[in-house]
Amino acid sequence: MQLEQMYQEIILDHYRNPHGSGLKEPYDAESFQINPTCGDEITLRVRLDGETVTDVSHETLGCSISQASASVLTDLVVGRSVGEAMKVLQAFQEMTQSRGTVEPDEDVLGDGVAFAGVAKYPARVKCALLSWMAFKDAISRSQEGAA
Amino acid sequence: MKPAVALDVAKIRADFPVLHRTVRGGRPLVYLDSGATAQRPRQVVDAERSFLEQHNAAVHRGAHQLSEEATDAYESARARIAAFVGALPEQIVFTKNATEALNLVAYGMSNAATAGEDAARFVLGPGDEVVITELEHHSNLVPWQELCKRTGATLRWFPITDDGRIDLSQERITERTKVVAFAHQSNVLGSIAPVQELVRRAREVGALVVLDACQSVPHMPVDFAALDVDFAAFSGHKMLGPTGIGVLYGRSELLAALPPFLTGGSMIELVRMEETTFAPPPQRFEAGTPMSSQAVGLAAAVDYLSGIGMDAVHAHELELTRLALEGLSELPGVRIIGPSDLTDRGGAVSFVVDGIHAHDVGQVLDDRGVAIRVGHHCAWPLHRRFGVAATARATFAVYNTPEEVTALVEGVRAAQEFFGVA
Repeated sequence: MQLEQMYQEIILDHYRNPHGSGLKEPYDAESFQINPTCGDEITLRVRLDGETVTDVSHETLGCSISQASASVLTDLVVGRSVGEAMKVLQAFQEMTQSRGTVEPDEDVLGDGVAFAGVAKYPARVKCALLSWMAFKDAISRSQEGAA
Repeated sequence: MKPAVALDVAKIRADFPVLHRTVRGGRPLVYLDSGATAQRPRQVVDAERSFLEQHNAAVHRGAHQLSEEATDAYESARARIAAFVGALPEQIVFTKNATEALNLVAYGMSNAATAGEDAARFVLGPGDEVVITELEHHSNLVPWQELCKRTGATLRWFPITDDGRIDLSQERITERTKVVAFAHQSNVLGSIAPVQELVRRAREVGALVVLDACQSVPHMPVDFAALDVDFAAFSGHKMLGPTGIGVLYGRSELLAALPPFLTGGSMIELVRMEETTFAPPPQRFEAGTPMSSQAVGLAAAVDYLSGIGMDAVHAHELELTRLALEGLSELPGVRIIGPSDLTDRGGAVSFVVDGIHAHDVGQVLDDRGVAIRVGHHCAWPLHRRFGVAATARATFAVYNTPEEVTALVEGVRAAQEFFGVA
């Protein structure tokens, strides 16, 4: 059954109990992103200590894939340096945009590997990437602010 | 309405090869997304192929036989499409799609300021108002927003009632109103607009009426002259015809006075280096080499629908709508967005499922071979009005069956089970 390939238990767990859900103060930068094709929205905040991502919080109005992805992102980037977080982002993006041709590295992506099944559904890739694009944007805003 | 004639759906389905394929690992396709794009019968594809294989040439040009044949095919298509919607051939303009048709009117109006006395009735400025409704598809909303931005006019809109009707108790049409534009049938709610009443109010103040007929012309008998609207737009690919072609209908005297939107070849009368005069309509609005095989295909679609009869098409789709409303309403946690009965309604059924995002509902259905649309269906403000980010939408066409409606309802129930909200 193909459905279970996409909605792996890990994804459903994150969807039901999303990490980082609910916007928090204080924060260093915020990004608001929308998916114009379906109207899904995310507001995501990052808190940094020097080069380290110390916190991520978000409010996500969207499907199970976009909510679970925001939750997994929180787990994967908090505590890492911005440089490391961007490497995870790149790996996640490569995997989801690969149409299933890229074998994900669990050491890099952790629970993120569960989204490999989403790669086979091009229409859902944007859902999986929404929070990551918000994170990328928030980081770049924080760096503009610091510069 | 004439009594419902039972359609021979099996015979109709035999004309649509795509309906016999399987998807997602061998499941029969249940196509419930015709409101976005309808499938094309063999007759349409054959007409296009035969035109391309036997008669293809630039229309309205060339001194050779093929060009003559292509021109005849193109103009014959126009005449048949015109007859289908109660219009004269010269009242029918071919465009790229319905969006372009609506933009043609909006841009024609903003070009009116510099187009002389004949076009004066189209000139908008500060103090003038354009009235639409909150249920509009973006293609009948954004062009008017932009027209107002260019001219200084003000955009106003009728609100929508909780049961998905245009709220006529909130008057928006006043002496300042110059244009009233609205959808004949909502692409989300399925509700059919009170055209007669809106036309009456528009006439009282001398406003132009623009009808977005994309969701009505493919599904019910429509006669623009009888509806007494000034302009109307519809698209080919939603009515069993090709993509790449849309239609603008315009009242003759209005088309004669409206300045062109796109300019260039084919739409001219006399060109000098200093100045150009324009051809009469509809050529004035068909700049460049037109889409010829698409026009031929659309005329074949019109012939196909006429062969069945639009009363029968409407009755069939209404019966499917009744089954869908009934079946979905019986599921706890499923809410219909739009009228829950069949009064002034067509076959678009949008719904939300408590605890499951529309994308996820659509994914479960897709896994079972059931193709629906999810999202805001290009009617974002309407979704905001109902407090939802997205809905799931099933739309019906002449080739759908009651069994397919059952597959929809069972699929929604399966989604509830899968996500543990049943």
